[in-house]
Amino acid sequence: MTAHLLTSAQMARFVAHGFLRLDAVVPDDLNERAVDVLTAGIPAVPYGTPVAEAFPEGSLPRRLVAVPEVAGALHSLVGPEPRIDHHAVHVREPGQGSAQPLHGDAIIDVRPDAFDVQLMYYPREVTLAAGGTLIVPGSHLRRTNESDTGRYQNIRGQHRLTCPAGTVVILHHGLWHGGRRNDGGERRYMFKIRFNPTVRQRLLWDTRDLADPAVAEELRTQFPWYEQATGRLELHNRVRLWRALTGDDTFDLDHWVTRVTNRPTRAAA
Amino acid sequence: MSGTELRQRVLVLYLSTSALDSPTVGWANYDGTGATSPTTGDGDEPPYPDGVAALRDGWRLIQAAQLIPPYPGHEYDVSFLKHEFLFEKLVEAPGRAA
Repeated sequence: MTAHLLTSAQMARFVAHGFLRLDAVVPDDLNERAVDVLTAGIPAVPYGTPVAEAFPEGSLPRRLVAVPEVAGALHSLVGPEPRIDHHAVHVREPGQGSAQPLHGDAIIDVRPDAFDVQLMYYPREVTLAAGGTLIVPGSHLRRTNESDTGRYQNIRGQHRLTCPAGTVVILHHGLWHGGRRNDGGERRYMFKIRFNPTVRQRLLWDTRDLADPAVAEELRTQFPWYEQATGRLELHNRVRLWRALTGDDTFDLDHWVTRVTNRPTRAAA
Repeated sequence: MSGTELRQRVLVLYLSTSALDSPTVGWANYDGTGATSPTTGDGDEPPYPDGVAALRDGWRLIQAAQLIPPYPGHEYDVSFLKHEFLFEKLVEAPGRAA
């Protein structure tokens, strides 16, 4: 497990981007079996079911979350023994006429020190024509409710997912995304599982590189769609999230949070 | 009978600042003629680099987002794109059969 935990730099990248890509990490035998399993459907489970109770040993979902890279990422992000919020099979038929509006899942969710993640598994290659998931990097800290963002058709720097078979993408619950129109000739499959943490999400990853300058570099990432002024607030808000994830209340980037919280109480001599 | 009638095309641009000549960061199109069906995630390149470029191409600005101060206590919140500009073009399109 330790070998596949995320590094601090990778965690910082998740805090900045709001998602993590694990390309082609699922073995071929599982990918080949997946289409039949997803077509047949995977029984729903009650909200909050532990993984071990939700999926039988040897089942596709159980094997999926045990793929070392997937297990390491999930442990790093939500800790051990997360609960299954819900899961869903998404199938987009070829020629299907409309895309989903850009949205965040569930309802507006502004927890400052905790987050759910959504695992998206693509058992087959996704091409641009097949209309993979649309993701807006760095949108996860925006406080918007579900599909109220539907007017935004395109955003500079958006990520129109194309990927090899066996790819897993893990999203922060707030990330703006949507299923694109499938203009290709084949069905597109995606299996989603939402995980709820059951422990405090603090230092759950491989922290040996916590002081590496790469952490701050990742957290400073700007995206082409950020407005000039609001882009600065994004950095401020990432600092606050990083402080929550590390327990380090002195961490900052370029004084953004320190400056605006400086209210000295010491009387002048 | 059929002829041509005026139909509205709507362009929405989201800009980097409240200035109409600042860079485009997001966009949407809606076509009242029915000739095209723009949708979510259908392109990575903005139709215009900024709002003024749209004016120069004949789009008429019909609405600009108001500048609203943050609510007290929510100064650091980030939410919707702030600088939204709506444009229209009136174009001739085949009329409906009577």
